[in-house]
Amino acid sequence: MEFFERFAIPNPSFAIYASMVAAGITMIAIVAGLTYFKKWGYLWREWLTTVDHKRIGIMYLISALLMLFRGGVDAIMMRAQLAVPDNTLLDAQHYNEIFTTHGVVMILFMAMPFIMFFMNLVVPLQIGARDVAFPRLNALSFWLFFMGAMLFNISFMVGGSPDAGWTSYFPLADNEFSKSVGTNYYMIAIQIAGIGTLMTGINFITTILKMRAPGMKLMQMPMFTWSSLIANVIIVFAFPVLTVALAMGTMDRLFGTNFFTIDNGGMSMLWANIFWVWGHPEVYILILPAFGIYSEIFSTFSRRNLYGYKSMVWSMVLISLLSFLVWAHHFFTMGQGAFTNSIFSITTMAIAVPTGVKIFNWLLTLWKGKIEFTTPMLYAIMFIPLFTLGGVTGVMLAMSAADYQYHNTMFLVAHFHNVIIPGVVYAMLAGLTYYWPKMFGFMLNEKIGKWTVWTLSIGFVLAFMPMYITGLDGQARRLYTYSESTGFGPLNMVSFVGAAIMAVGFVLIVYNIYYSVRYASRDISADPWDARTLEWATHTPIPEYNFAITPEVKSSEAFWDSKKNGHVLFKGNYEKIHMPNNSGMPFVMSIIFFIWGFSLIFSLWIPAIVATLGIFACLTLRSFEKDHGHYISVKEIEDTESELRGA
Amino acid sequence: MDINHSLPLEYSTEENRLKIFGFWIFLGAEIMLFATLFAAYFTLYNRTAGGPDGAEIFQITPVFLETILLLTSSFTIGLGIHAMRLGRVKAMMGFFIVTLLLGLGFLSVEVFEFITYVHEGAGIQTSAFTSSLLATLGTHGAHVTLGFFWGLFILIQVKKRGLTPATANKSFIFSLYWHFLDVVWIFIFSFIYLKGMM
Ligand code: HEM
Ligand SMILES: [Cu+2]
Repeated sequence: MEFFERFAIPNPSFAIYASMVAAGITMIAIVAGLTYFKKWGYLWREWLTTVDHKRIGIMYLISALLMLFRGGVDAIMMRAQLAVPDNTLLDAQHYNEIFTTHGVVMILFMAMPFIMFFMNLVVPLQIGARDVAFPRLNALSFWLFFMGAMLFNISFMVGGSPDAGWTSYFPLADNEFSKSVGTNYYMIAIQIAGIGTLMTGINFITTILKMRAPGMKLMQMPMFTWSSLIANVIIVFAFPVLTVALAMGTMDRLFGTNFFTIDNGGMSMLWANIFWVWGHPEVYILILPAFGIYSEIFSTFSRRNLYGYKSMVWSMVLISLLSFLVWAHHFFTMGQGAFTNSIFSITTMAIAVPTGVKIFNWLLTLWKGKIEFTTPMLYAIMFIPLFTLGGVTGVMLAMSAADYQYHNTMFLVAHFHNVIIPGVVYAMLAGLTYYWPKMFGFMLNEKIGKWTVWTLSIGFVLAFMPMYITGLDGQARRLYTYSESTGFGPLNMVSFVGAAIMAVGFVLIVYNIYYSVRYASRDISADPWDARTLEWATHTPIPEYNFAITPEVKSSEAFWDSKKNGHVLFKGNYEKIHMPNNSGMPFVMSIIFFIWGFSLIFSLWIPAIVATLGIFACLTLRSFEKDHGHYISVKEIEDTESELRGA
Repeated sequence: MDINHSLPLEYSTEENRLKIFGFWIFLGAEIMLFATLFAAYFTLYNRTAGGPDGAEIFQITPVFLETILLLTSSFTIGLGIHAMRLGRVKAMMGFFIVTLLLGLGFLSVEVFEFITYVHEGAGIQTSAFTSSLLATLGTHGAHVTLGFFWGLFILIQVKKRGLTPATANKSFIFSLYWHFLDVVWIFIFSFIYLKGMM
């Protein structure tokens, strides 16, 4: 019995038990459904073992949407708790757990896979490649991310959630102050997902630098590909820092080392520093691909080329360099002195400059463009004023002396939601609407789409603008309640209403998908938006090999040139195409990683050692394996092409 | 698969070229990993909390021995790749075997070194200094251990399959990795041991 006690949750509540039941029923339903419809084989052959970048992309998308709802439920619970003073809906402990999982889930398990979805789906197509450089590694990246996310998500049902914030500062996060296994989940689940992300970084840099279609110079890459390249460079430099931080945190908690402890010479500020050396670049890993998506959307729906291509590229390069030089702005108040603070203030404010350059470039793209207000464009138009506001409050926070007033108040919470929601989340939703027809062969409903944009935006303004005010008045973040005499009540109620309206917006997205699946016309062209870049030059549905003939490129808008200026994209005849084989190894290995992580979290040493050996066994098998892929014959290509063209 | 015979075997196919390029980027990530470990070490190295400091536990003999073993192995792996380029499989395998034996020698001395530290009261839990010292050395040592097995597997494949574009590519990438571990060791030797002994 004693053995099983460790898996019990330390702070149970009715809601948690209800979730357990719901999770159990969902699992049973999935297993039963797969069995009943005899879909196990299909699932294994077409999805679990796939190495196709498009399918991997779709799996990232599904995970991201699931996590969006998990994080969204956390958010609604927090806003409901704060809606009125002295509320008792949640107690302090549950509130701590919820804001922690909300932050981690939204940033690492929602926004990151959403971006990975776009990179996987779009980048190889935009550069005219057959797949990524290392397709099997790509599958491993996905499955490691997925298993990390699942491991993190079961924490609240098995052993207890992490409760030290998504930043997990020490000494709060050490064994003395965070007794449950929750913080072990944090350290190890993020580690597993992070390794996957690092490998994605390596994979996409290689893909973009080495596999572009003939003729495509660096300065002719579509803007989304540029933004992905830069984001992946940041990943390769930033994620190893996180790896080390998490490994040290794990060792402090499991093996009694003294990196961040209070006694024996440990230094808790070291965690804060290392964490943010990763953490700040991380927010730019999120925002740069979002900028890339907006760039594509602005130029498509203004019917003109992107204004200031070169300055767009250079501003992103500058942002990526500066993003590594600002980390201390997250703890101006923690005692490093006026001189250091001043330096970090200046570097932080400097980031606003290249960001501003980009804003003006988008505005100048719109200028004299033939603007078409589609749903993706509406998101993009909303993004400009709302994101700019977030940038301005960022510069306010960057003034270190003033930050003593704002730091860790709701003002900060308003700032980062103000950049992340209109910046990242809108870009994801805009891009999802934009690329939906390319993936599935029908459009999402425009009318519901536009309603969604307005609902989300009204909800957003109501939910987050009040926080600027209560924050300046001194409402601290991460506090589970406040007394009536503070006067924060009415504005928090407004926030709650705003959050509820946003929730309606997200439900509208689901409804839109349902509605469009049922009613949307399947009779659309492969280029329904009249777009400009190569991903629209292939068929819908996209054949396994992407392009039957590798396209030739002479400008950053090769497809537009082929439509309007007589550029010939596809020259020559079909030749047999080399494709990678499917493999179950990435999936199996990631399952073993899951077991490994779970065992470490609960200090189950024997299973942990067995799983470690299992991982090495997989690596060994891989080393000895001979796998040269397979060829698609000219005959097969001809058949597929005439079928896709024929219809 | 298209084989380009004007290039060295390890670069001769598209897949091979991608793998080598990707591995260089991976080494970039490894540099960040060790840089972070070093940064932590330099932040914590004088926080000994009453436990031993570097000057007390570092001994020149084992450290010097480790350095010689690892530097020599970096030289022999270079010779191995040279032999591979000349197509002399026997010589190549010989140099790989020597490299791996030297690596094993390095690891044995390092294990002995760690045991000594623990006996002298400098275990991983003793202080922030010992934690970060052993984490940094241990990460390097784990890399060498992994490299030992990886090199061994490649050696077996070269023996079984001969020099093909695939085995040549693996051997070459392995040599990059091994050289990299040597470079990291030079930093460890200079900035952890020599600096600590002064
Ligand atoms: C003009 C650009 C920006 C500036 C000057 C800026 C400045 C700052 C500063 C100074 C802080 C710390 C404030 C404090 O803790 O008191 C902060 C926090 C934060 N920022 Fe920004 N920021 C900018 C853009 C962004 C973007 C684009 C994102 C994300 C996509 C972002 C995400 C965040 C997050 C997540 C935090 C808070 C993390 C936490 O403590 O939990 N920021 N920002
Ligand atoms: Cu920051």
